[in-house]
Amino acid sequence: MHIVVDNLTKRFGSLTVCRDVSFTIDKGRLVGLLGPSGGGKTTILRMIAGLEFPDSGDIVFDGKRVNDLPPQERGIGFVFQNYALFKHMTVFDNIAFGLTVRKKQKKQIRERVAELLELTGLNGLERRYPHQLSGGQRQRVAFARALAPEPQLLLLDEPFAAIDAKVRRELRLWLKEMIRRVGITTIFVTHDQEEAAEVADEIILIHQGKLEQKGEPIQIYQNPQTPFVATFIGESFLLEQPWQLKGFEEGLKGAKAIVRPEFVEVGKPHETLHPHAAEKGVVRSVYFRGNKWQVEVEIGSQTVSAYRSLEKEPVQPGEEVHVLVHRLYLFNGEQTQMLENGMKFDPLPVHI
Amino acid sequence: MAGSVPTYARPADAAAERPRHINEPVYVQRLLIGLALLFLGLVLVVPLLSVFVQALKKGADVYFQAITDPDALSAVRLTLLTAAISVPLNTIFGVAAAWAITKFSFRGKQVLISFIDLPFAVSPVISGLIFVLLFGSKGWFGPFLAEHDIKIIFALPGIVLATVFVTFPFVARELIPLMQSQGTQEEEAAATLGAGGWRMFWKVTLPNIKWGLLYGIILCNARAMGEFGAVSVVSGHIRGSTNTLPLHVEILYNEYQFSASFAVASLLVLLAFVTLIAKGWVEWKHRKTPDEPLKE
Repeated sequence: MHIVVDNLTKRFGSLTVCRDVSFTIDKGRLVGLLGPSGGGKTTILRMIAGLEFPDSGDIVFDGKRVNDLPPQERGIGFVFQNYALFKHMTVFDNIAFGLTVRKKQKKQIRERVAELLELTGLNGLERRYPHQLSGGQRQRVAFARALAPEPQLLLLDEPFAAIDAKVRRELRLWLKEMIRRVGITTIFVTHDQEEAAEVADEIILIHQGKLEQKGEPIQIYQNPQTPFVATFIGESFLLEQPWQLKGFEEGLKGAKAIVRPEFVEVGKPHETLHPHAAEKGVVRSVYFRGNKWQVEVEIGSQTVSAYRSLEKEPVQPGEEVHVLVHRLYLFNGEQTQMLENGMKFDPLPVHI
Repeated sequence: MAGSVPTYARPADAAAERPRHINEPVYVQRLLIGLALLFLGLVLVVPLLSVFVQALKKGADVYFQAITDPDALSAVRLTLLTAAISVPLNTIFGVAAAWAITKFSFRGKQVLISFIDLPFAVSPVISGLIFVLLFGSKGWFGPFLAEHDIKIIFALPGIVLATVFVTFPFVARELIPLMQSQGTQEEEAAATLGAGGWRMFWKVTLPNIKWGLLYGIILCNARAMGEFGAVSVVSGHIRGSTNTLPLHVEILYNEYQFSASFAVASLLVLLAFVTLIAKGWVEWKHRKTPDEPLKE
């Protein structure tokens, strides 16, 4: 199903949980609504489902405005955060519920449920009650139940939140694979960026009820368009006076910078590839990060953070090193700018 | 049959696991248990036993005569009829009120919750008097009713009204906390699966609240059959016509027919036992169907 959300706004009393959110989702895409807790993601999802009604704005499914349609008539499947399985029904009856509602024939229902049990690997559990299942199994039942009536759009609210970390990773891949196989347009809500990046084709970042950025995970990572996105996605640190660094003198006036440690290289004087683009600094501290070193270096009054491979000769606190900042991200409250190190591509090297 | 509705506390399980460092010494335990038992014996068991002793004092013949007396049978019939009308009414009201309070948000919700408790707060005599003031011959609607020859006070409708008034909190009070703790998620899930309101109620909401509902109905029924004060005011004590069982007991007692009075009273006590057994059974069944999912 092709989905258009246009200028969606929702208030709860004096609190605006969603303001002027607009986006489009193409048929068959798997989209993650990502953002910190309490940012309005779930409210947006619930409005798409028809469980919550927007104060203004439109929701359009395949060219048809569905604002006034109740959830029953939207052709959606919804997986709730705590699954909301019917506790007094068996797994079979849970999955069959949506089909019974549609007055399907007994035989058809049995076939469809069997098909879904097979698909979700729940064979043999159909006589169990929800309280006799593990968290992962319950999630699969919720998933099968939502898919049973063959909805055009699948909505998942924090589908992995209630599952412990070990099983979660497994289920993530399982879910992605399953959705791929069914080929259904899907929107899921998460506050976990790793989860969003791993599962989603496309991420929509929501913060304080506003859409911050929409795009493929790698795009968002590489080209954050707002300071919030830059700090929320991946690791980063702040530089108060980026213009003091070599190669970044030309940026926005008075702007601060957000820098990712993976875009910073630290090396002993003989290692650096672009000597004239690198700054000299003093190592302040070194941390072991399991598969790499994290090095903090003081350059004048500023501190930058960088990773260093375990393969390379380790640096010591107090040691003088070269620091090459490849790229940083400037913002001054109004404007934002992505800036590459200008000295790296100096067209007139000094030795000519 | 007092005016309070216990919740599903499960003290037995908690006590069994109570660790020693927060537990009391044995003599304190024994003392407390002994006190509770002594009190229970003096206040509950002895009086209840005395009912049966008094009832059978003059032999089984007198006992059976008393409870098969036409006036007594008519009182039994009226009591059953009153309960048969007021309990379903209050069940419907209780479910509707609990549904409204827990599933919607609306203006005046707090007021509604407070009003549900009103019958517990006012004396039953007042509850009866309200209806006399409304429908009695000198009441607001008195002249109108007299004109159209409708009898409410000193007749079945009055008794039913008073009973409904006194017993209406039971079902609602039982359901509200239960439904509040369950939330609306399962209903929402049913809605996204295409279920309309009616099916949602029968297939999702009702099965989830059935034990609480049954419990409320049992308590409501017990009170409906045992109510004295409010019914006494509106009934008029017309023997064989507007006397319920509790009223009949009092009349017999006032006429110095002690054995007969206690014989009829023993019927009410038996009813209380039936209620207790039913209540115990519901609690036991409820405990067997856990609503918390198992830990992994």
